[in-house]
Amino acid sequence: MSVVARKEYVAVPRDRVENFHGKQLVYVSWDHHLLFAAPFLLCLPPQTAFGELLDSALQPLLQADPDATAIDWGKVEWLKDNQPWVPDFERSLADNGIAHKGQLRMRTPGLNSLCAVS
Amino acid sequence: MDMKTAAKKLSLKDKYKLFTRDLGWEPTYRSKEEVFPYAQYEGIKVHDWDKWEDPFRLTMDSYWKYQAEKERKFYAIIDAHAQNNGHLNITDARYLSALKIFLQAISPGEYSAHKGFARVGREFPGVGTQVACQMQAIDEIRHAQTQIHALSNYNKYYNGFHAFAEQRDRIWYTSVARSFFDDAMSAGPFEFMIAIGFSFEYVLTNLLFVPFMSGAAYNGDMATVTFGFSAQSDEARHMTLGLECIKFMLEQDPDNLPIVQGWIDKWFWRGFRVLGLVSTMMDYMLPKRVMSWREAWNIYGVENGSALFKDLARYGIRAPKGWDHAEEAVDHMSHQFMLGLYQWSFGTSFHAWIPSDEDMDWLAKKYPTTFDKYYRPRWNHIKKLASAGTPFKNYGLAKLCQCCQLPTVFTEPGDPTLTCHREADYKGDKYHFCSDHCQEIFENEPEKYIQAWLPMPQLFQDPINGDLGAWMDWVFLKDGQDNGDYADSQDKRNFELWRGMATNNQ
Repeated sequence: MSVVARKEYVAVPRDRVENFHGKQLVYVSWDHHLLFAAPFLLCLPPQTAFGELLDSALQPLLQADPDATAIDWGKVEWLKDNQPWVPDFERSLADNGIAHKGQLRMRTPGLNSLCAVS
Repeated sequence: MDMKTAAKKLSLKDKYKLFTRDLGWEPTYRSKEEVFPYAQYEGIKVHDWDKWEDPFRLTMDSYWKYQAEKERKFYAIIDAHAQNNGHLNITDARYLSALKIFLQAISPGEYSAHKGFARVGREFPGVGTQVACQMQAIDEIRHAQTQIHALSNYNKYYNGFHAFAEQRDRIWYTSVARSFFDDAMSAGPFEFMIAIGFSFEYVLTNLLFVPFMSGAAYNGDMATVTFGFSAQSDEARHMTLGLECIKFMLEQDPDNLPIVQGWIDKWFWRGFRVLGLVSTMMDYMLPKRVMSWREAWNIYGVENGSALFKDLARYGIRAPKGWDHAEEAVDHMSHQFMLGLYQWSFGTSFHAWIPSDEDMDWLAKKYPTTFDKYYRPRWNHIKKLASAGTPFKNYGLAKLCQCCQLPTVFTEPGDPTLTCHREADYKGDKYHFCSDHCQEIFENEPEKYIQAWLPMPQLFQDPINGDLGAWMDWVFLKDGQDNGDYADSQDKRNFELWRGMATNNQ
């Protein structure tokens, strides 16, 4: 459906990738770890290696959770845009197909210190 | 010589006729469609504008008289409050966080409502409607002013009140209320009436005002109680206007039903999301609590709302689509929000805090099926981090909903342990939502919502480009004063010091 209007309605999206000066947004969340109230918003160049995103951007944010040190990164199950997905840690975000404003979710079955899993 | 005779007093009915209906005229050298170009494009069919009934039959002359009287009373009490150090009579300075959120997010909404009603008063063709909208436009600007004046006294003593007007446009959490009003103001006149007059004023206003004003009374804040009372008699008129508009549309033509139902679904959900902020005030921010958010919802949402939709069922209207999800969310939302406000409190112009054990026991009693199971463990862990000298600050910033603009803190219906992830692709870009209902609102009018000014993504664009310090300057937030944990705030220290000076001899 479209906007009900008296004449042609033309809109410009606010958050286009061009506005981020060579970077892009990536959202990352950790399923069943709700100490972090919402998915994280990260802003990185698309050339960043996926492993680099984990080491420098994501891991420091996760430290407040008591499960953070127990994560076995080789065993984390990933979802990209809500579909099962296997990342290549060596390759870039772009090569991994992580688009601007893409949502990544990580699952770590068995780790649930703070959140009772239904 | 002519004898002076007392002019005969007009009956209320005659007066209403002369002062309202008689003000209209039939245009002759332009068509009605040209004079009122916005009346039809939304698809609402109206056959007879005179069927618009104004049950108050208030005329402008009486309106000025009543309002002037209320203003005199209001300012007398505000003066007394200032002269008697009313700011030291509140329970404690935690209460101020509720006031700050109100001033930054809700009072500017009153001003927006003023602009909106001034506009739709011009756009509607019926005279009764025009006059009613004009009065409401003046009411709304008066509410904005009285609120700002009432709270300005607190600004002399406490942090976080000073930049509400700029923060309305720039800080992140205010964008929730702002986008609600922007969405309504950029809609046509009938949709605006459903958004503000019906959904906000009629269905939801009790959840904002009654608990908030009672909260003020419970916590010794006479200034806020006074603006509440001063606004209350206007609200009764506003609610009637909203309900009248909806009945008018439904009675004019059966084709209006699906359009009206769609707006009710949309604006109930948008209003429910905005009022989520109120849930944190009721459950966490009032030192002396009136009732829980759940209890308020049971009275003002479930009882009153169900009665209303039962009444409207004769026109074919059903309860809003999001009703059941709202009911389920009520036991979770204040906790989900407050945990968020605490971890992002480095970026708020009010204070958050960790609830005490006593507060948590109260919450457990009010939320027996959810608090201890889902939320107490998180608060206890946060408390442990604070005691260890490493207080929890989540610098990850948050994903926001493209529609309601709240951080996506909500969980899947049926699973309070899993964040609700919803996304859509539109013309090559991705968009994210907090819920099915926000996604549906987006998908009905994607062109409108792709323009949303979302504060978190904006932080990484010009002029801030990801610099948190520059952002604080830009939103007029003084780090270490306006933000952070209440436990080590200047507000707490000052309140305790001044109150001590007022109540003992040390």
